[in-house]
Amino acid sequence: MKTAKLLAATALVAASGVLAPQAQADELTLCWAAWDPANALVELSKEFEAQSGHTMKFEFVPWPNFADRMLNELNSGGKLCDLLIGDSQWIGGGAENGHYVKLNDFFDKEGISMDDFAPATVYAYSTWPKGTPNYYALPAMGDANGWFYRKDWFEKPEIQEAFKSEHGRDLAPPKTQMELLEIAQFFQEREIDGQKRYGAAIFTERGSEGITMGATSSMYPIGFKYEMTPGKYDMEGAVNSPEAVAGLEFYKELYKTATPPGYTDSYMEQSLDAFKSGQVAMAMNWFAFFPGLYADPDTGGDKIGFFVNPGQAKEASTLGGQGISVVAYSDKQEAALEYIKWFAQPSVQSKWWDLGGYSCHVSVLNDPSFADSAPFASDFLLAMDGVMDFWQEPAYAELLLAMQKRLHDYVVADQGTAQEALDKLIEDWTETFEDEGKL
Amino acid sequence: MSDTPFNRAAKATPPSVAAKIRGLSDRAIAWIFVLPTIFLLLAVNIFPLIWTINLSFTNFRANRPNREVEYIGLRNYERILTDSDIWLTMQATAHFLFWTIFFQVLIGFALAWLINRKFKGNDLWTTLIVLPMMLSPAVVGNFWTFLYQPQIGLFNYGISFLTGIDPSSFQMIGDVTLAPWSIVIVDTWMWTPFVMLICLAGLRSIPDYIYEAAEIDRASKWRQFWTITLPMELPFLMLAVLFSGIENFKMYDLVVQLTGGGPGSITELTSINLKREAFEKWRTGYASAYAIILFVTVFGLASIYVKALNKVKER
Repeated sequence: MKTAKLLAATALVAASGVLAPQAQADELTLCWAAWDPANALVELSKEFEAQSGHTMKFEFVPWPNFADRMLNELNSGGKLCDLLIGDSQWIGGGAENGHYVKLNDFFDKEGISMDDFAPATVYAYSTWPKGTPNYYALPAMGDANGWFYRKDWFEKPEIQEAFKSEHGRDLAPPKTQMELLEIAQFFQEREIDGQKRYGAAIFTERGSEGITMGATSSMYPIGFKYEMTPGKYDMEGAVNSPEAVAGLEFYKELYKTATPPGYTDSYMEQSLDAFKSGQVAMAMNWFAFFPGLYADPDTGGDKIGFFVNPGQAKEASTLGGQGISVVAYSDKQEAALEYIKWFAQPSVQSKWWDLGGYSCHVSVLNDPSFADSAPFASDFLLAMDGVMDFWQEPAYAELLLAMQKRLHDYVVADQGTAQEALDKLIEDWTETFEDEGKL
Repeated sequence: MSDTPFNRAAKATPPSVAAKIRGLSDRAIAWIFVLPTIFLLLAVNIFPLIWTINLSFTNFRANRPNREVEYIGLRNYERILTDSDIWLTMQATAHFLFWTIFFQVLIGFALAWLINRKFKGNDLWTTLIVLPMMLSPAVVGNFWTFLYQPQIGLFNYGISFLTGIDPSSFQMIGDVTLAPWSIVIVDTWMWTPFVMLICLAGLRSIPDYIYEAAEIDRASKWRQFWTITLPMELPFLMLAVLFSGIENFKMYDLVVQLTGGGPGSITELTSINLKREAFEKWRTGYASAYAIILFVTVFGLASIYVKALNKVKER
């Protein structure tokens, strides 16, 4: 009898040992944009699969369709994504419309502290209402709009000489927006190595978020802000201040006088193409692309240099990046939370950076070797110190499309003045906030 | 009883069913046949239309299921009709509609007239001409963006070859004055063959004996064209205008791929604007009112036009 009981117990233990992982193993779908860091995440997630027994499936959508596709998915209560690395501006809608799971209890239970992540990223990617300790995402991918340039062209003696004779100073990566414009204009239609080159590739895309992300990179440093008093939606005098107008006029001048012809609807891909094809001396883009650019056999390595978005009245960069959230409609929330717990570990965050992802974990960012770990790492730290983001309100899409229209009308289509564009933008935004009951 | 399919079906019908049918009136049997179609029509067309009309009086947003829906009367309609930006998109649509129809009918008819002549290689030319309309609008939009590219685009080089101006000195898609024409050109290129086929059907339906009688009467070719060809072709031309008008009023994919509605909002047609309001800004109530206004406009214009078409046919 004793032997029989022992055998039965052994069989039970054996069965539970074999069956338990199978019973709990889930196939998790992680949704994100289709770009370089997504490939790094696929590689990184193999470790999670090996450790947890869960399998990972990925749904990556190209950037121009990413918001459209994913917001439709969330709004329809779709179960496609268990985990979503959603754009920073979606956090308000994600929280208020119940798309994202609130993570506070989970963080408390698992001992995940938001103090372990860079404050700017926690504020931007995780909290709603802004700055309150209500977390709907874990900072996953720090990012900002930065610049890269043809270092080999900048170092050519004849180019340096020509620049010095024109501007009376050495040709070097710009420290201010005005210097940026001067350098871009200097390269515009200049012949280098027998070919006509252009100044800079900048964002002018109309359909999604391109021109807003590009123009704010000039407008923030020159003095554009969204409200006079944070949280009060008092936009008059902030959105259309003389500094904001000057910032927008500056961006138009940059577009009109220093970009290649035909770049009227360009965003990330077009910026990369313009640079890699040797058309431009400088280009703006998200830091996320910098590891790939540095590794490029034709225009990377010694030929490329990087610099943070130049300041003017103040240092400021347009925020990119995303937090990772658990989708409220997922049937596999437990497994999705397991992934977040695993991803938050310092060792995983360190690997994330090594593979090409931009960790927001302080153990990675504060590591003394971080600044020298890549040619753009120190610029990334500088950028993240001064990031500014678009509205993160639930009505973000409506607010963004209004800005896209007003900026494109003025910058690319030459309709009206900068003052009129920003005044109309306030009218659009006021209507939206009134509909929202916030004004 | 002869062995016809009808009789075979009658024989195969079970007596109980046959008895039931025998008891039904012709009208009842007709309703049985028509009801599924009516039900489908109500479910797919009429109910959504009534629902859209209902939504157009509310502040409903499909992305805010938790928000209380308020009836706001005619506010959405008032906003749309007083919005200068909406009128600009209407103007852009009117420009696009007028010029695409004009060029498509003109070129389509000319091509049909030429193809209708009997010449060697006639069939090959017909096949080549209809090729563009077989392509997907998204593909056409994409490859024309390359053709219009100021630095490498064939279109710019063609214009440069003909006029001598620098190919990179003008931007078809990026220039405010040229962009509306860029979409007209592409749409004309793609859909002229469709108009040509309608016109060709019209030309081939004119009996030869009418021309033979005109020849006997010594009518000149020009006179034959104005008194025979054009009047008999007119119903077909009007049909082509109707089809082109309806098709181009809802134009979306080709223009989105080509210009994205830009530069600024210069080529933002009403369909693009409506899609942005409905599925990007998620102003469902507002977009419903917008759709109703467009529906009434198209329905009204089409009804007037169809009446005119019927009058022409009756002559």
